Amino acid sequence: MATYSGPLGRGVTPRARFALGVASFLLPLGLWCLVSYVPFVWHPLVEVTVPGGVSYFEEGMLVEHAVFEKERDTVAEAGQPVPAGVPANPVYLPAPHQVASAFYTAFTTKPLRRDEKWLHESLWTSIQVIFWGFVLSSAFGVPLGILAGSYLTVSKLTEPFIEFFRYLPAPAFGALAVAILGIYEAPKIAIIFIGTFFQQVLVIANTTRKIDPTLLEAAVTLGAKRVSLLFKVVIPGVVTHLYLDMRILLGWAWTYLIVAELIGTSTGITWFITQQARYKNFANVYAAIIMIGILGLTTDLFLGWLGARIFPWERHRRRA
Amino acid sequence: MNRIALPSHLDQSEAVRDRFGRLKKRPVILDVQSLQKEFESNAGRTVALQNISFQTHRREFLCVIGPSGCGKSTLIRILAGLEPQTGGQVLIDGKPVNGPGRDRGMVFQGYSLFPWRTVKKNVMFGLEMSGKEGSVAESEALQWIDLVGLSKFANSYPHELSGGMKQRVAIARALANQPRILLMDEPFGALDAQTRSKMQQHLLEIWKNIDITVVFITHDLDEAIYLADRILVLKAHPGEIQELIEVPVPQPRSPDQFLSPEYLATKMRLEQLIHPPEEGVEVNGDHLNMMRMVHVDDAVSDVM
Repeated sequence: MATYSGPLGRGVTPRARFALGVASFLLPLGLWCLVSYVPFVWHPLVEVTVPGGVSYFEEGMLVEHAVFEKERDTVAEAGQPVPAGVPANPVYLPAPHQVASAFYTAFTTKPLRRDEKWLHESLWTSIQVIFWGFVLSSAFGVPLGILAGSYLTVSKLTEPFIEFFRYLPAPAFGALAVAILGIYEAPKIAIIFIGTFFQQVLVIANTTRKIDPTLLEAAVTLGAKRVSLLFKVVIPGVVTHLYLDMRILLGWAWTYLIVAELIGTSTGITWFITQQARYKNFANVYAAIIMIGILGLTTDLFLGWLGARIFPWERHRRRA
Repeated sequence: MNRIALPSHLDQSEAVRDRFGRLKKRPVILDVQSLQKEFESNAGRTVALQNISFQTHRREFLCVIGPSGCGKSTLIRILAGLEPQTGGQVLIDGKPVNGPGRDRGMVFQGYSLFPWRTVKKNVMFGLEMSGKEGSVAESEALQWIDLVGLSKFANSYPHELSGGMKQRVAIARALANQPRILLMDEPFGALDAQTRSKMQQHLLEIWKNIDITVVFITHDLDEAIYLADRILVLKAHPGEIQELIEVPVPQPRSPDQFLSPEYLATKMRLEQLIHPPEEGVEVNGDHLNMMRMVHVDDAVSDVM
């Protein structure tokens, strides 16, 4: 059997592709396990198991190697019982199994105080903020982007200012947003809007400009005029690429979420993360961060799957 | 080299002369009057087309041929209204052309089908633009799809079709608008030889059966002779009309005529016009700098 798979190995089989995709997750996980479970890899600290004669040692305490050895030598010279310990990682690097169990317990742990929220409630708040920020941005950004990409006058009238505005970091508007919109959800949605909208207009306009010009020429020779040209040729001609842009832009919106949620009253997943970090529940912090990743990835996979269904003429490209 | 003796391309049989006589009495559909096209570029002004004048009669098949850079694509784009001319005018049925319009259908080399529309929807596009109702447009579109023999593929998407089939859809789409004139810009240039010859026969069939005048751009001499009533030969730098040849090969055409004396005479004339014998050895440095790269002791030291 021939095994040549094309220049740059692009011809790998679907099964091999899937295996590689799984491996891309297993590799970092393996590295994490290595650092966590193999005692002589890293482990810069010592977890005290028996305090012995050291007055300030307690069981479960983490101390540096050098400190531990010094104290052990001191008490040994004094003829007192020696302390014992095992190599350990800092508290901010929990082992995979701790994070895995936190993943479960984070959902089942009752909030400490009555006014605090469950994790799933925090997550839901975040999702709503993202959703409204992105929907509002798209409601204005997509039409404006398409118009700017289609008509030179609209492009020249809007894009220079937008180009300037997109360099202003969205979080810089935090205080302003709170002053105008209050401390609850509205300023957070505004930050996501500001972070997404200006990029969105430029990205959508650029994609719209890439429409195959001969399609437009074919359409005008068939009698298409301005409005029908826009709605029957330009938009359907670029819609699949716009869809891809939107998937990427949605990823950017998530990155603005964390900053947005720190504005005014801290809420949502960010509140959960900062709260857990304050209690040094780093396993919970990791669980929450991974949860954002999983949410993002599943949304994207779902949108990809949905795209293949709404745009049947694009299916061949995915196979190719 | 001995050449076989050929008649002149100007010799026409009685039937052919009679046909051209009748053709020229038909109403003029396309009237091009001293058309001029200049481009501004960094290197200064370039004249792409200079003083182009010709007339095309109803249901005539005109081929435009010329070396690369003669502006034949520019010419057809001006006829389609996709580019403005810098001088002269183009009349369709006596009315000057100003921008693209439904009276001129265009078929592009790259098919330019709408990939998001099925074959049927592609053909319906022009009908929708003219405000025809869905069911009327659909039944009309299906007739045109039937004409190009693609009824089985009415609900397929363009990416599921071969190149020849795509170009048939593009022809049906252009014809569905029932234009006065069909402009074709090297439509079969991207097809393989076999598909191309089939498409030429299809096109002649379609042309015979409907009321359509065709202006067909090509750089393939055989294609031009096989298809055309008359061939407009352009020359390059600047693009000017060199000759308007009345093809003496009798109609209806068939591939059997490829070796007929009239056919070969026309081909010889076109060869003379398009590939004139080069004067001097070095025309513009466009030659290979060859030296022998084969070992003298090589077993196969010479291909002769």
